Amino acid sequence: MNALITTAVFGIVLMFVGLFVKQRQYIKYFAIAGTVLAFIANLMDAQCGFGTLHGMVEVSSFSVLFNAVAIASTALYFLLCGSAFEKVGEDVADYFALVFFILAGIMITGSYSNLLMLFLAIEIISIPQYILAGADKKNLKSNEASLKYFLMGSFTTGILLMGIALIYGATGTFDIREMGLGTGDLSPLALCGITLLGFSLAFKVSAAPFHFWTPDVYDGSPTVFTAFMATIVKAASFIAFMRLFHVSFSGGNVSSHWQVILAIITAATLIIGNLTAVFQQSVKRMLAYSSIAQAGFMLFAIVAHNEMASQGLILYAAAYSVATIGIFAILLKLNDYTFDGFNGLARRQPLVALVCTIFLLSLAGIPLTAGFFAKYFVLSAAIQQGNLLWLVIIGVLCAAVSAYYYFRVIIAMYFKQGEADATEVTPGFKALLVIAAAIVIVLGIFPNLLLQYL
Amino acid sequence: MLTLLLILIPLVTGLITFGLNGRGAKVFSLISSFATLAVTLAAWAQFRTSPDALNFTANWIPQLNSQFNLGLDGMSLMLVLLTTISFPLIFITVLGRNYEKAGAFYGLMLLSQAGMLGVFLSYDALLFYVFWELALIPVYFLCSMWGGEKAIPVTFKFFVYTFAGSLLMLVGIIYIYFQTEGSFSWQSFTSLSLSNNEQSWLFWLFFVAFAIKMPVFPFHTWQPDAYEQSPTAVTMVLSGVMVKMGLFGVLRWLMPVLPEGVYMWQEAAILLSVIGIIYASCIAIMQSDLKRLIAYSSIAHIGLMSAAIFANNEQSLAGVQVQMFNHGINIIGLWIIIEVIEQRLGTKNMQQLGGIASVAPNLSILLVIVSLANIALPLTNGFIGEFLMFSGLFQHNVWFAAVSAVAIILAAVYMLRMLQKVLFGEANALTATTTDLKTGEMIALGCITVMIFVLGVYPKPLLELVSGTGIQNTVAALTGR
Repeated sequence: MNALITTAVFGIVLMFVGLFVKQRQYIKYFAIAGTVLAFIANLMDAQCGFGTLHGMVEVSSFSVLFNAVAIASTALYFLLCGSAFEKVGEDVADYFALVFFILAGIMITGSYSNLLMLFLAIEIISIPQYILAGADKKNLKSNEASLKYFLMGSFTTGILLMGIALIYGATGTFDIREMGLGTGDLSPLALCGITLLGFSLAFKVSAAPFHFWTPDVYDGSPTVFTAFMATIVKAASFIAFMRLFHVSFSGGNVSSHWQVILAIITAATLIIGNLTAVFQQSVKRMLAYSSIAQAGFMLFAIVAHNEMASQGLILYAAAYSVATIGIFAILLKLNDYTFDGFNGLARRQPLVALVCTIFLLSLAGIPLTAGFFAKYFVLSAAIQQGNLLWLVIIGVLCAAVSAYYYFRVIIAMYFKQGEADATEVTPGFKALLVIAAAIVIVLGIFPNLLLQYL
Repeated sequence: MLTLLLILIPLVTGLITFGLNGRGAKVFSLISSFATLAVTLAAWAQFRTSPDALNFTANWIPQLNSQFNLGLDGMSLMLVLLTTISFPLIFITVLGRNYEKAGAFYGLMLLSQAGMLGVFLSYDALLFYVFWELALIPVYFLCSMWGGEKAIPVTFKFFVYTFAGSLLMLVGIIYIYFQTEGSFSWQSFTSLSLSNNEQSWLFWLFFVAFAIKMPVFPFHTWQPDAYEQSPTAVTMVLSGVMVKMGLFGVLRWLMPVLPEGVYMWQEAAILLSVIGIIYASCIAIMQSDLKRLIAYSSIAHIGLMSAAIFANNEQSLAGVQVQMFNHGINIIGLWIIIEVIEQRLGTKNMQQLGGIASVAPNLSILLVIVSLANIALPLTNGFIGEFLMFSGLFQHNVWFAAVSAVAIILAAVYMLRMLQKVLFGEANALTATTTDLKTGEMIALGCITVMIFVLGVYPKPLLELVSGTGIQNTVAALTGR
């Protein structure tokens, strides 16, 4: 609760900072200070004890841990990409403020205990994103991304509301723990509600066949905002998705109604995401499809509703966010976003190339990186569920395919001749990258460092 | 502690080597490989008195109940010996070569050694998987960066093949993990009795992973290209040690864990192996490229070992284990000589060679010895292993034994044809310039020749080493059914 208030208030504070601070490069430091404050506030949540506030927000070890991951990833994002905010446009403080508003929404995703709060969380996350996608006002692609995202997103929000209304009609409550679905037979009303909620949330996490907005929006938005949208925001949407389906819709035999649908969605997401990523020529667009492919793996956690799934999703959120933010930070320093733009980077910037390799290996799920245990946990959760083995086999084969496009970047950096040169790589930036890579490797050897707090 | 040291020495020195360059990296990695060899010998000494003292256990991931669990039995000790003998030999051979970015080259070599030793030592399934992948990544970079002109796509194919296989194995491991009471330890995996149906499909998840690594027909297509394009030092690692990971995997993790699955599918596995033997032997006869010839001959040899494993009786299994060691030694000897020829003459095409015997007698004598050992002539180390394997295979099924025995004749055909083309005949303008072996190469090949003869005449130490392994229990369990 403290974290939620802090981030929301700090968003407003940052808007005023923009009025008073004229040197734009200093605004970044305010934002970083804000994440530190939010992190401390989040720790205070844990100190104050867990419980439900007015039936709206439930603070638990899970929500505190996820908030910590989200805030820490945002801090890393500000540190690595903060200076790129200034290149997007004039209103730097506003961009930071919008990111803080999104963060406020993210704080609710792990802790809502009421469907209205879920709706609020999704909207607070979405609306600032529509603006950020179109932040580069004079760029046609950015405008297209914004409009496309807005139209599709608001349409889906309507479906979300309709789902909530149907569930309310069937159960008479908004409280996610008191719906009591599964004690008797499932009414058609509730079934429709579950389906509509599932589809709208699948849109938010860009699962196939609701993924068509993703490549265009991620490609068209300013790269620095894509880095945020494709990582922390996506992980948060997954947390919201999982919380709703694991808490409200898994009693009795309710899960048997949606499990098959979600399993098919998962398989489609994996196959479409991975196969399309193979054919991309731009690394930025490849990362957009890779985010769909990774979403496929995170969906495993939702389909398999058990203890291991929630552990896995937290680990996945951390591993995926850190690695992808790192790659986007490196991408921002390059002039050319195609695969050829990475040619020969290892010779010019050996350290940056090495760190980038570690991030890519993590995304591919190679052992000794955090990505391996993230994949391990979600696959385990699905195997533990018992009847999902076919999905797991599709999953691992797709993981092998994913190695193809991640390794293309590695091959370009190390084995191809070229003049890739990263501009403005400061020692501080390198040090931050090394820290991020160290996090990836340490979590890859001792995942319990994170999971012990759960 | 000794087992932990075996992994730690190459791992730590490998990371340090990245920071060195040129001569420093060379000497440092050589010292490191000798240190690992010394630790292996110490471990062997301790193994003879108190093998249990070699076990090492530490908590790793409490949430999963996975433990950092290392141990040694006769088979793994033998493979550890093979690994730790190979690396000094390889480093001595390439002492005269100057690799670009030597620090990274030797560092990656040592890291791959750490990975392979980890595979042979781990008694925890998750740990095994992690080391299995860890051995692959350095090799991927080694082949791509220092390999031939087509190395990048070829190595990538190799990587994706192996990665796909090992992911399937991971699914199998996780599945079995949930059938135990939440433990990855080898003991709990083997004491589990899975239903026949489960074992039947789990078998393929594991078998495909190991078959790709060995490689067994039809999973072998990555191998000739990868051997050809890799720098020879890496090819030695690949063919001498790394393919043994696949055989080891079958012996340690497939047969004891899924005995019923093995029983159900053994004929299919042997059939694939036997097809591979004949197929690879025939292609080897047609090759004019030395590296490709040895690559195909390696597929044939590995195919025989895989067939013998699945024949699954005491003789064939003893034969396989002995042969794993001897094949590693012999094939490294062959690669050393090919490396020498390629370095001196800049070609590995047999059509352009000939008459080397008159210019480089030492090289020729040693090539003949190693080649004969590769054909498994009596008094060379190859003989005893192949004899036991054929004998075991014969007990299992006469026809399989008969067909695969043709491979011996075919092996003689392609090896002797190679000797003839390379060594004899008139020296041409190119081969007349050859110089004989240098000291480093002489030492490495000398060691190999000594091992060929000693183990050929007196194989008892090896046989004793492998006879005490848990494999016999599996055989007993299967024959007692």
